Order: sequence, then structure tokens, then C-alpha cells
Amino acid sequence: MMTSKSARLLLEPIVDNNPITLQILGICSALAVTTKVAPAITMSIALTLVLVGASLIISLIRRHMPSSIRIIIQMTIIASLVIVVDEVLKAFAYELSKQLSVFVGLIITNCIVLGRAEAFASKNPPWPSVLDALGHGIGYSVILIGVAAIRELLGSGSLLEVQLLPLVKEGGWYEPNGLMLLAPGAFFIIGLMIWGVRAWKPEQLEKPDYRINILHRTETR
Amino acid sequence: MEHYLSLLFKAIFVENLALAFFLGMCTFLAVSKKVETAIGLGIAVIVVQTITVPVNGLIHEYLLREGALVWLGLPDLDLSFLGLITYIGVIAAMVQILEMLLDRYFPVLYQALGIFLPLITVNCAILGGSLFMVERGYNLIESTVYGLGTGFGWALALVLLAGIREKLKYSDVPDGLQGLGITFITTGLMAMAFMSFSGIQL
Repeated sequence: MMTSKSARLLLEPIVDNNPITLQILGICSALAVTTKVAPAITMSIALTLVLVGASLIISLIRRHMPSSIRIIIQMTIIASLVIVVDEVLKAFAYELSKQLSVFVGLIITNCIVLGRAEAFASKNPPWPSVLDALGHGIGYSVILIGVAAIRELLGSGSLLEVQLLPLVKEGGWYEPNGLMLLAPGAFFIIGLMIWGVRAWKPEQLEKPDYRINILHRTETR
Repeated sequence: MEHYLSLLFKAIFVENLALAFFLGMCTFLAVSKKVETAIGLGIAVIVVQTITVPVNGLIHEYLLREGALVWLGLPDLDLSFLGLITYIGVIAAMVQILEMLLDRYFPVLYQALGIFLPLITVNCAILGGSLFMVERGYNLIESTVYGLGTGFGWALALVLLAGIREKLKYSDVPDGLQGLGITFITTGLMAMAFMSFSGIQL
């Protein structure tokens, strides 16, 4: 069942072709829900479910879709799945769904979902499409939960609401960094994360538009 | 009047959709390499946002809200679960209509906007604006003002980032940060600058 091709489909989007750090997809809703780990996990699960479901359905009907109206069909399928996820969240995890506010609804316009539907699921059989969707879902979740862990730990000294670093105002030693909880913190962390990933995987580096100081650089390329 | 001015100001600066709520980030990062294209996309977003937010507001008020269908004799019906699919449909339709109108009456503008118009359908800032409007229960005038403000704020942030990036390409950025990484950090610094507006009340 698990041939090397399917393993590649599943594993490649996690680091080597990550939707957030390399493909610039799905950043929109990703940053806003990462002030705490719990909503980030919920969001990851919701997105992965929608992504896998949408890819499966679109891949199943790919031969019956006229290409002129395929975007509308794909949007309708995605929107229906998102409505289901949204209603389920409201029914069983009302507090979390309040915290996520409009961002569950925004999964509809999450570029990862439409991007994978358009680029992969509408051209491939169901099983590879599901693997590809799952891989992208996991790739998204890894970054989301990673960012959320850093922001919650540094911003409020806790992980999943468990206080790890005792705060100064409660008699401990850790002065929380409020910047981490605000919007700029998320941008900085993602930027630094991308730096880290690209230092580890140099083939992901982008070529600069202009080469500067090349004569002064000691390293050779 | 003061109330609307305050709402407009808040939508543009304090609650900037791009810099405070991270909406429309994919397009924001992808289309901010040149000021010219950024201005084109920015204008398109302002127009679409100013139309779709009040239209979705009307649909929510008279069709979907709990008890909205009283005029049909169905006072108990709550269709608000259909909200998401309706709003995205309205946005897609509006973009399509706008595209046809521009093509017919303003071909120059249509040429200038090019690929950006259809892309707006999947811009989360547009859907996000509608969803925030519903969540906060704005009336028709408020939602028009809110649509205009959020659209303008998003466009402003996009053009500013494009201006910075045009200059930035001549600077010596560390290899790993080249491109996407440095753009994120720049956006973070811009978000910090915009945060200094918070707390201002008109």
C-alpha cells in the first residue's frame, strides 16, 4: 500500500515543500489563531479535515467536472465542508469556536485547499489526492502549532494553559513578552522560522534580484 | 457622523485587516513586489470590498438571520448556517459582474487590473470583512463605511509594503532570509508601526 511514491506525496509537503514556508499558501488564517496552542490545534485539525475531504470529493468527480465551471464547483464543495466543520465545532467545542471567531469560516478562502484541489486533486486519482492533502495538512499543522507553542510560551509562559514559566506578577521569575501575543510577534516568528528552515535546507533559498558586494564576500558559491 | 468617522478610522488603521488580523496575506506577500501592481490590486480590493460587505449585510439581515424571513411568514427559520456559502457566492458573483462591467465601460482599467480581479474572490480579506461585519452586527451604513475602510486599509498596507520591498531589493539580506523571510519581518515592523494607532478614538 505504502509505496515510495505515496510516501513521497505524504512526506514532501511537511518540510521539503511546506505550504507555508515555501509555497506562500494558507498564511492568511494561519497567523491569527496562533496566540495559544489549543486553538491552533483545533484549527489544524479543521483545516486538515476540510483539505482531505475536499481533495477526495474533487478527485472522485474530476472526470465529470466541466473545466469552465470547475472553480465554482470546488468552492461549493469546500464551503459545504467548512460549514459542517463550523457547525460541529459550535456544537461540541463552543468556547474554542468563539476563540477562532471568523477564522474557521475563512478556511474557505485558504489558498492551500483551493490550491491543492486545483493543482493536484483535479488531475489525480483519489488515493494519491488524499495522501497529498494529508501531507499538506500536516505541513500546515506543524508550522501552525510550532508558532503557537513559541508565542504561548514566550507570551504568557504557558503551554496548553499549563503554566511552565512562573510569571513575575504571580511571584515567579518570568516577565512575559507581550509582543509575542500581538500581531508583529507572529510575523517575526514566521520570518525567523523560514530562515531556520532555509538554513537547514539550502535548496529552498530564493535568488536575490541583485547581487551585491560579491567581490567582498569571502565564501565562494 | 462622528460615529462613522471613528469606524472608518478604526477599520483603516487600528484594525487593519492585513496587519492586525493577517487577512489576505497570501496575495499581500505575493503581489507586493512592485508599487504599480500593488496600486492596481489595491483599487480593485477597495471597490469589491465596498460593494460586497453591504450586500452581504443586506442578505444577512433580510434572508439568513434568525427570524429574518418574517416577511415570508416563516418567523422561526434560522438560515444563518448557510452564511458562509452565500457570502462566498455573492463575492464570486460580484467580482464576475465587476469584471464584465469594467471590460465593457472602462477597458483601460480592466487591462490594468488584469489577473488581479478574479484573484480577489479567494482573498480572505474580502470574506473576512463580510464575516466581521456579520459578527459585529453592523447596519447598512455602518457596513458600507466598514467595507470602504477595511478595503482602503488593506490597499494602504499593500502599497506601503511594495514601496519598502522596491527599495529592499538593493540591500544585502542574509541568504536564508532572502525573499519571503525578510518580507515577513518587514511586515512585522509595519504591523508594529500601525499598532501605535491603537487606542486613538475620534
